[in-house]
Amino acid sequence: MSIFAALQLALRALWRNKMRALLTALGVIIGVAAVIAMVAIGAGAQQRIAKELDSMGTNNLTVRSGTVTRGGVRTGGGTTPTLMLADAEAVRELPGVVAVAPSVRSQVQARFRGTNWGTATEGVTPEFFSVRNWPLAEGEIFSARDVAVAAPVCVIGQTVAKELFGLAHAVGETIVFKGLACQVVGVLTTKGASAYGSDQDDIIYAPLTTVQRKLLGITYIHGIEVQAAGRAAAFSASSDIKKLIRQRHRLRDDQEDDFRIFNRAELAQTAETNAQVFSWLLGSIASVSLLVGGIGIMNIMLVSVTERTREIGIRMALGARRRDILWQFLLEALILSGAGGVMGILLGMGGATALAKFSEFQVSVTMWSVGLAFGSALLVGMFFGLHPARKASRLRPIEALRYE
Amino acid sequence: MAEPIIRMLGVNKYYALDGVQVHALRGIDLNVMPGEFVAIMGPSGSGKSTLMNIIGCLDVPDSGGYWLNGDDVTHMDFDELAGLRNRSLGFVFQGFNLLARTSALENVEVPLIYAGVGRALRRERALELLKRVGLGERLSHTPNQLSGGQQQRVALARALVNRPALLLADEPTGNLDSATSVEILNLLTELNQKDGVTVLMITHEPDIAARAQRKLVLRDGKLES
Repeated sequence: MSIFAALQLALRALWRNKMRALLTALGVIIGVAAVIAMVAIGAGAQQRIAKELDSMGTNNLTVRSGTVTRGGVRTGGGTTPTLMLADAEAVRELPGVVAVAPSVRSQVQARFRGTNWGTATEGVTPEFFSVRNWPLAEGEIFSARDVAVAAPVCVIGQTVAKELFGLAHAVGETIVFKGLACQVVGVLTTKGASAYGSDQDDIIYAPLTTVQRKLLGITYIHGIEVQAAGRAAAFSASSDIKKLIRQRHRLRDDQEDDFRIFNRAELAQTAETNAQVFSWLLGSIASVSLLVGGIGIMNIMLVSVTERTREIGIRMALGARRRDILWQFLLEALILSGAGGVMGILLGMGGATALAKFSEFQVSVTMWSVGLAFGSALLVGMFFGLHPARKASRLRPIEALRYE
Repeated sequence: MAEPIIRMLGVNKYYALDGVQVHALRGIDLNVMPGEFVAIMGPSGSGKSTLMNIIGCLDVPDSGGYWLNGDDVTHMDFDELAGLRNRSLGFVFQGFNLLARTSALENVEVPLIYAGVGRALRRERALELLKRVGLGERLSHTPNQLSGGQQQRVALARALVNRPALLLADEPTGNLDSATSVEILNLLTELNQKDGVTVLMITHEPDIAARAQRKLVLRDGKLES
């Protein structure tokens, strides 16, 4: 029997039971649609996380001064003067390091006319803003010269701007904190909450030297923000920095680090892995419905084989070989699952698009998920169609002919 | 002398019924020559169906030899038997056994599909045979739209469409009234005499068997002439 004749036969048999065929295919349709839509949601979440990680600066490391043990007393992180500007300059020379931004930090109560707001000020260099990939909303960043002369200028975050100035313009105004009158030269764009949950916009950035000399009276620094060339460079830089600073601080092998390194690439990797796991989880839950659809096909095909026992007997008497009967039923199962797969793809893509339009979910239909879902549908049809088809082809013609 | 269509030598067949072994056919010897019209008669339980199944290559003998149109049937596997049924045999059953919800034309085409005949030629052959049995006007009717006699004509057309060596008719008039039975018998006789089709008919009615040139009686698994 030619493939064309077999195909025609299978299509005709399905057409005779249109409603049954549709309901059987529905299991596969829903399964495929669910896989595509769920993976689209997962991929959307992944993209969203990637975007958020980008804003955080995923290739960045932060070095903070750490604990020092003196006579059994261990001091807290950032409270001891262990990191120096020279450490930052040395780190800058390491391979894979693109930029370095040293910083000092202090809690302050900022005042503008009658309003005041408790926030933090951080002394940084102009490089800091490019390292953090943080553009200005208005005004400008203080210059390297401002850092050199410890000028009383600052750039404020959106939260501080809102709390002190409300809707009024901030640029050009002067705010006072710790007795220092500081002119606002720029306002940063909104950064949102950090990965650790703190409000990144609740901050005042002033030149490093201004905070060091005029607010704190110190010469050391609290932290160094390091930008690496890439994800891999961030990991290698992390260990290089550790080695370098230990050497500079003349730490013996038995002494613990007097600084800490936070590798945000590590965090990014964890977040991305989580998103991927989430994607797979959604996809695999959806595959279960595809499996159920396959069982539906097997169920109906078994019923169909029983119903058509006599037909099978007649066909065998007229010269159908085992493989002719096998292919007749297998093709029916494959057509059901294949057509169900195509309809499921359309439904899944449509559903995902609708979801993106009418909800907060970000979705992304990926080609691999479409291919995978369709391929799985065909495999399911093949797998669950094979048993009924084999059963049909193994019937004994004499008994099948006598079947009522 | 011509080769016989059916050559059977000492065919035995056993089957188990409720755990008891039944010796259904006991050393059957049978020769049917081309162009013959043979009737096999016998009461129920005489082994008619068993013999019919073996002649029709739906079953194989437990011992003895059977050659259909020169082919040794006894050592064939399922697919070889299927091919033999397709090429060399035409079946007419008591219950017609047409495919339901399938047009007369498509029913007649079925053996040609399994013979691998192309679509156009299938149509042509099926049409020709349906005209031959007098159903040229009812090609697209499905079995439930046809009378018993008409259904049996479709079955006859289907049996002959592959130009088989042997037409095997199992109680072909069993489900028909007497007038229609006569029509079908006339058609069988005509096919035998005009078209030279070899016919082997199984029946339990003596007046139907009387239409054949040669009558054989099966009794307790043994053939008597």
